[in-house]
Amino acid sequence: MIQEIDYFAIAAPLTLALVAGLVLVLDAFLPARPRVRPALGLITLAGVLVALGFVVAQAVRGGAALSTFCVPPGLNAPGDGCSFVVDRFTLIFAGLVLVAAVVIVLMSMTELAGGDIPVGEWYFLLLCTLVGAVTLPASRDLIMLVVALELVSLPVFALTALKRYDGRSSEAAVKLFLVSVVSTAVMLFGVSLLYGIGGSVFLDRLGAVLGGEAAAPGWPGPGASVLGADHGLPGVVTVGVVLVVAGFAFKIAAVPFHAWAADVYQGAPLPVAALLSVISKAAGFAGLILVLVTALSGQAGTGVPIVAILSALTMTAGNLLAMRQRSAVRLLAWSSVAQSGYILAPLAVASAGTGASVAYLVMYAAMNLGAFAVVMLISRTAPRNQLDDYRGLAFRSPVAALALAFCLICLAGLPPGLAGLFAKIVVFREIVDGGAGWLAVVMAVNTVIGLYYYVAWTARLFSPGEATAVTRRPAPAAWAAIGVAVAVAVLFSAAPQLVLDMTVVT
Amino acid sequence: MMGWVSVALVGVPLLGAVALVVAPGALRPVLRLYGPVVSGATLVLAVVMMAAFDHGRAARPQFAVDQPWIPGLGLRFHLGVDGISLPLVVLTALLTFLCFAYLSWGGGRRPGQLLRARPGGARPRALVFTLLVLEVGMIGTFLALDLLLFFVFFEIVLVPMYFLIAVWGGEGRRRAAVKFILYTLLGSVVMLLGLLLIWAQTGTLDIVALGEAHGAGMSRSVQVLAFAAVGIGLAVKTPMWPLHTWLPDAHTEAPTVGSVLLAGVLLKMGTYGFARIAIPILPEGAVAVAPWLGALAVVGIIYGALACLAQRDLKRMIAYSSVGHMGFVLLGFATLTTVGVNGALFANVAHGLITGLLFFVAGGIKDRYHTADMPSLGGGMLATLPHLGAVLTFAAIASLGLPGLAGFWGEMLALLGAFQPAGGLPRGLFLTFMVVGGLGAVLTAAYFLVMLSRVTHGVPAVPRPALVTAGGRGDVGLDDRTAAISATAEVTSGAAGWETPDERPVRPLETPPPATGEDGHPQEEAAEERGHPAGEPPVPEEDRPLSEEGRLVGEDGRAVGERGGGMLDVQRYELVAWVPLIVLTLLFGLWPKLLLSLTTPAVQTLLGALS
Repeated sequence: MIQEIDYFAIAAPLTLALVAGLVLVLDAFLPARPRVRPALGLITLAGVLVALGFVVAQAVRGGAALSTFCVPPGLNAPGDGCSFVVDRFTLIFAGLVLVAAVVIVLMSMTELAGGDIPVGEWYFLLLCTLVGAVTLPASRDLIMLVVALELVSLPVFALTALKRYDGRSSEAAVKLFLVSVVSTAVMLFGVSLLYGIGGSVFLDRLGAVLGGEAAAPGWPGPGASVLGADHGLPGVVTVGVVLVVAGFAFKIAAVPFHAWAADVYQGAPLPVAALLSVISKAAGFAGLILVLVTALSGQAGTGVPIVAILSALTMTAGNLLAMRQRSAVRLLAWSSVAQSGYILAPLAVASAGTGASVAYLVMYAAMNLGAFAVVMLISRTAPRNQLDDYRGLAFRSPVAALALAFCLICLAGLPPGLAGLFAKIVVFREIVDGGAGWLAVVMAVNTVIGLYYYVAWTARLFSPGEATAVTRRPAPAAWAAIGVAVAVAVLFSAAPQLVLDMTVVT
Repeated sequence: MMGWVSVALVGVPLLGAVALVVAPGALRPVLRLYGPVVSGATLVLAVVMMAAFDHGRAARPQFAVDQPWIPGLGLRFHLGVDGISLPLVVLTALLTFLCFAYLSWGGGRRPGQLLRARPGGARPRALVFTLLVLEVGMIGTFLALDLLLFFVFFEIVLVPMYFLIAVWGGEGRRRAAVKFILYTLLGSVVMLLGLLLIWAQTGTLDIVALGEAHGAGMSRSVQVLAFAAVGIGLAVKTPMWPLHTWLPDAHTEAPTVGSVLLAGVLLKMGTYGFARIAIPILPEGAVAVAPWLGALAVVGIIYGALACLAQRDLKRMIAYSSVGHMGFVLLGFATLTTVGVNGALFANVAHGLITGLLFFVAGGIKDRYHTADMPSLGGGMLATLPHLGAVLTFAAIASLGLPGLAGFWGEMLALLGAFQPAGGLPRGLFLTFMVVGGLGAVLTAAYFLVMLSRVTHGVPAVPRPALVTAGGRGDVGLDDRTAAISATAEVTSGAAGWETPDERPVRPLETPPPATGEDGHPQEEAAEERGHPAGEPPVPEEDRPLSEEGRLVGEDGRAVGERGGGMLDVQRYELVAWVPLIVLTLLFGLWPKLLLSLTTPAVQTLLGALS
């Protein structure tokens, strides 16, 4: 039988995949001239922009959600669903990923100008990750979800290790690989359990079975649900839920799968660290939200307390570890762990909290990328990238200092970084409204802890430091990256309504 | 229809600050005028608002603007002013303007005038920017009529105040600044939770609507919880004992203008929150928590007074006196009566004027003596610097609550309110509070008089100098003995005739503490005059070697002396800033009805169901 494929629906990942192949081929066949490096970067950038154009076109088109890879109606399968759905949720995440990708490609162009890293492989792997990250939020079955998640993860190991002959980088790659593989195994086990119970990989169908609306296949008695009053909740479901959530917890560096964050961020090239902290994290959250809201909404009693505890532990651990850091990248690594905790928090009260989580994620992406872009710029003159290297930056490079200060204040959630402040208010409001007072208090304390290190760093920018005479190589791409990220952060600060409007319907 | 005034009050300083970032080059030559002009325009707007204010409807918000800002959050840009907030708005605009006048009047080369362009970066532009942003936050807080908008403005103040302390502050500025921002942020986050709880229960953020509802739609337990959360947030800012510990450090380390705005306005934001949000919106919660609030308030009064008695540092003492004064304000709120709340609001404004003046004077003293350590000052200021001593005496007397000056009425009314508290409150307990508070008022008088006896009275510590070489004379009443103080090392604590209560050594004036902040300026000036490239940053991270320290100061004494007097009495730029405060203190002291007529109707409305 023939399956119809809606090519417009899959245009964005398709474009990225094609450009990935093109870049690899061009790298192999073009003569190794210095011009080729930026050229490949520009091709990648163009590919990302075209994909972004498709996403925008899909968003502007409106109407019903596009869906493809559906089970044909002729097949009498239980739970006819589609594997790939482009709805509002998908578009927000795809847009977020692709805009972040623009910044990361710009950062990469600066990173690759050094010449130690093979260019073709870099962009190929980067684009592969993007394919996964754009596909993942559109996935509506467990298999596709796992495949997309692996597509996000696997190229990142290689990207991390691409800084060859660098011990730290190799160590980071191995760490990332091991933790990732373990978490994938854990998640696959959970997925297989859920499939075993629900008899379907489609999230809708699973949600119906686990919510007690549809009969589970093979269950004794006609029409009896898994959750029949006399059966109680089978322990298997709980195990399955926990295992799947744990798998995603790795992606978003939630406790207890957070330990890899600092070492990997520090060892990896900076664009990869930025990618891990934004794109990979966004993909993880997209998967987590899909699973929690679509498939496990009937199991909120099991999932919600787990997520609440994970959220509280994650923000606390991240903030406490960040306080002690001397290295800028490690600090950002732990702070992004803490931010994961904040993003998780609304999911911990009810499935209605999705909008708040997504809103926070979108705002966080802009400010965190801005911070990473400036850190990247500084790392060119101060390779060790200690916090003390930022002393007096306001006098050496006022624009960079102001950009970084703004992003840090945003992350701390204080005015004038209104984006961060409103993001926090949205999350707080969701928690308080949902009645999880204790989580709100934990988050309040964490906000204060977070403020400590963000402000300490910001203060360093403006305190006088020794004027180090540094030879500056021009880095137009890095400046462009800073410009894009900070402009978006400023936009969100001035008009947070943009994000809230987008994310409120999910 | 007059809503534009409210918007302009926030908009003018904001645009002023933005312009500094956008066009730094164009504004650099006129920077010294820029601050006073922008804040002066704001002050004019505030005065216009006061003049156009309809006194007959003081209970209703006027000059209201109500526009949706972020519908997704239900956040509206809702500004307005009533009898409670109007005095505070004017006070804020006035104090900010006076701070700018203090910084930039005349040549702007005096110690404490931080706007001088100096190599190494005094960063005058950053200072003007910081103060303007601070003004936006302060005025906005008093104008906001939306819970979240109030919170946003409340938060805006944190970052500029942090930098004001951390960049232009004294020796321990870094620690003090971090303590300030962490403490107050913790408070405001807890407050945010309380505000969101109110929102979750009632579904609106409109302060006016919530105030008219008088807590309808919220159960008693919710009200108590929300009041506790909002109250803690406000109490940190106020500060209420035992949440006050950030205050002495912040006040001591902040530069003069920072201390003035901190005491004059920032503390008021906390107490204003009680009058605007906590009490009217959560009346049942207020009744339940009021005895606790009152108890903590009187503890604060007594604690503040006792702590003041133990202080050696003048600025620190004034800071602790704020804890006591704010105790009276909180006691006034705790009574939940028209009299008490009126008294609290009056004391609020009076404290802003008087303590602002006190910090100005203390800053002036610290600039002259390079220390605010009272035993080291040595006494006899009325003889050596008669005008400065007189102003200090006036401010201290006003602060201790002498009838006829502004400090008296607020505290008297607060105690009077405690005599007859609102219906639901235990009268016996409040009578006890009144008695203890009255005792605190006596102690307040005691520590201010002790301070005066240590600093202004007594024999001047320095014997009549012989080696004064001061050529020129100061423009305002330079006493010929004064120049000697910085040039003579003969300072002993015994000469002041006062037994210091602790064993710490009294530092001779010749060797001031390691150069920092304001202390550092004259030294660097001296260095510049000697042709040194004054490479020292204004916020030195490392202590300069002590030997050089002494040498620099020695030369500084002469250098300054040659320029026109070592230690000058009150200068023009100081008079400009101080006289309005003195006049207003007298005015409100002699004519309290001026303020009370504004606040009374508003207070009656806000207490609504209670009284």
